[in-house]
Amino acid sequence: MIRRQVVITGTGLVSALGEGPDAHWNALSAGTAPVVDEASYAPWTVHPLPALSLDTQIPKKGDQRQMEPWQRLGTYAAGLAIDDAGARDLVADMHLIVAAGGGERDVPLDEQVNAELANANDPAQAGARLNELLATGLRPTLFLAQLSNLLAGNISIVHGVTGSSRTFMGEESAAADAVRIAHARLAEGRGEIALVGGAFTAQRWDLVLLYRGGDGMWEGPHKPLSERPASGQGGMILGGMAGFLVLETEEHARARGARILARLDSVASDASRRAAPGEAAEAARALLPRVAPEGVEAVISGASGAPDAWAEEEAFLRGLDAPVRRPANLIGHGVEGAFPAHVALAALALSRGGFYGRMDPADSGDAAAPSRILVTGFGQWRGEALAALSRAEKN
Amino acid sequence: MRDHLGRPLVAVTGMGAVTSLGFGVQDNWSRLLAGQSGIRRITRFPTEHLKTTIAGCVDLPEEAGGEVLTSPLRVERMAGFAMEEAVAASILGAKGSFPGPLFLGMPPVEVEWPDRFLLTREASNPSYAAMTAVTGGHRAIYENYLFGGVGERLAARFGTRGAPISLTTACATGASAIQLGVEAIQRGECTACIAVGADGSVHAEALIRFSLLSALSTRNEEPEKASRPFEKNRAGFVMSEGAAALVLEDYEAARARGATIIGLVSGAGERADNFHRTRSNPDGRAIVGAMKNALDDAGLEPGQISYVNGHGTGTPENDKMENFGMRAVFGENAPPISSNKSMIGHTLSAAGALEAVFSLLTIRDGRLPPTINHDEPDPSITLDVVPNVARDATVRHVLSNSFGFGGQNVCLVLSGEPA
Repeated sequence: MIRRQVVITGTGLVSALGEGPDAHWNALSAGTAPVVDEASYAPWTVHPLPALSLDTQIPKKGDQRQMEPWQRLGTYAAGLAIDDAGARDLVADMHLIVAAGGGERDVPLDEQVNAELANANDPAQAGARLNELLATGLRPTLFLAQLSNLLAGNISIVHGVTGSSRTFMGEESAAADAVRIAHARLAEGRGEIALVGGAFTAQRWDLVLLYRGGDGMWEGPHKPLSERPASGQGGMILGGMAGFLVLETEEHARARGARILARLDSVASDASRRAAPGEAAEAARALLPRVAPEGVEAVISGASGAPDAWAEEEAFLRGLDAPVRRPANLIGHGVEGAFPAHVALAALALSRGGFYGRMDPADSGDAAAPSRILVTGFGQWRGEALAALSRAEKN
Repeated sequence: MRDHLGRPLVAVTGMGAVTSLGFGVQDNWSRLLAGQSGIRRITRFPTEHLKTTIAGCVDLPEEAGGEVLTSPLRVERMAGFAMEEAVAASILGAKGSFPGPLFLGMPPVEVEWPDRFLLTREASNPSYAAMTAVTGGHRAIYENYLFGGVGERLAARFGTRGAPISLTTACATGASAIQLGVEAIQRGECTACIAVGADGSVHAEALIRFSLLSALSTRNEEPEKASRPFEKNRAGFVMSEGAAALVLEDYEAARARGATIIGLVSGAGERADNFHRTRSNPDGRAIVGAMKNALDDAGLEPGQISYVNGHGTGTPENDKMENFGMRAVFGENAPPISSNKSMIGHTLSAAGALEAVFSLLTIRDGRLPPTINHDEPDPSITLDVVPNVARDATVRHVLSNSFGFGGQNVCLVLSGEPA
């Protein structure tokens, strides 16, 4: 089977540091302080999203009204990626894979129902009353805004991406496998261009509640990522972010004169059961020769701060002789958004011919202009993934 | 053996199914051929104030005592049952060690009312801030509602390889799971895999949400008559539960180990729509495109399809558009089309996988399952919908349609074993 080289020709990047390549390059190559909101969800710190000029990517107010912040963020970032790739006229045959979480719940309604029914004694009566409260309280548009596959649906509607549409679910792993499969499909000749990515909104009680249940969350004001796991509590601070990538066969990109940011050489994933310490690190070690047989010159780590995954990843990183950067210290952990956002950061560094300043006190070493960058992803609960990118000749 | 594009053929060597008609492929198939309906009045939870009080519920053995499982657990149980049946039929791998990956089509899940109420009581406060403060130590809630939770538990139980892929494309989910599995085999990533579609979302909040979109039938007085695809008085779909699993395998590898070949997945096609969140473009472009792409992928002409397993939800809009799309693809000589949903309702994330199973049985047994509740023909539906009674037919290739909310359309071509 012919294997085609796959390149990245556009990124759509949004984080607490801002939006787009320049904002991220400028902040991260110079060294920057984290942007945090320590009050709104106290004692849980979050990295908030920047203000977005939604009208620039989602021009119809009617479309904006059909979404809540999570779908708006993803649709917005997808548009940034399409623009960055200069691919507006290629959307009809563009394939799409989105890594999705769930949409926002109606928090005031949930709290109202809780207040009335959590202590009810008669289940039949409580069930009937629950139906009544929901039937009168739920808004029709909110259902569509909650549906995971409707982020992809909105990207199709707003941006006209109609080649195909798939939505993966499963936290960090879903995002890594979305990138892996989008890459594999182009490499084997199923289409010429694809859009892949994920979005995550941290400023949401429903998600703070869910992720806190895993005991992986950091409680209290921001503290450097690498200093959190040793404290005996969880180390994740959630961060709103979106990462979308336009992937393209190199042949297609060169033929249309597109600017090539980087090659996406390989993506691989696994999911060890993590039944014993060392299993996840070993799973990642086994993936390494598959994605980066020639070694790597720099690493962008997907470390979330979840304590067990942290220990596994640190063990894995110790075996690599390359400088490491840990973006989560500055932009938080973005679950489905993290892996594609980190791949976008790697592509950005390769396209700028440089690398980032230290992002966390544990970051070590420097690389003036790496030509091969490894992106890691250790899921907070399950999933190990690696992506290797390399510098591409300019078009 | 390779297909017209030089790819390995993909065989189906094991199948499993559970629906409101019963547990197991054979039981479901014989009831479908007999034209039985699995739609009943909902008894699992109170239905006062609901516009729709009927569904195709699957009654799980562990719920016999009255305790109701949450959706992710229901999905896991049904998917697990179907996988068990499929893997056993395939005689592939050892117990707890299946030699390939898992592609799991399932609905999105989220923390449900019983857990919110539990946390509220623990916190003595109904707010999310207070609930969050007491979630520490509730690891079961976290693992239950993580999107990757169901897939991970099934992957662990069956010993599938690599990271399980969980996915949703709304009502096309089950077909998408099969398509991902087919692609993985064609790509040479694996020689076998399990593709599953499962749904267990019948609860009050989901019914209310679909009712707010005016998508559900409210023919509550005659549950078994409520799902009326392609019929004049159709007025919405009936929400249902179920699961199907297919063991997909490289055809040559399956032959080499002497496996029973049930049939082939010989093509898959998709096309997204950008018209509207819940309706297809009136020009039918996306659904026509998905059907044509599936035929092209299989290397078949429209005339080689002898039966279509329709999406046929029973909403006025879907069935009209499907009729339109069929005519656009097949012209005057459109093959018969029938809807399993007339009997088992719309099993949502499971539908594409269940319908693939029933399409393969249609080929194997040479018998078209009927579209029941066909009392009054709709003049605007011009297709042969196999009304009310199953029929013998020689079937070599089936097109199975799945069209989803959000514009995600997937069609599969299922075929008999090559002669």
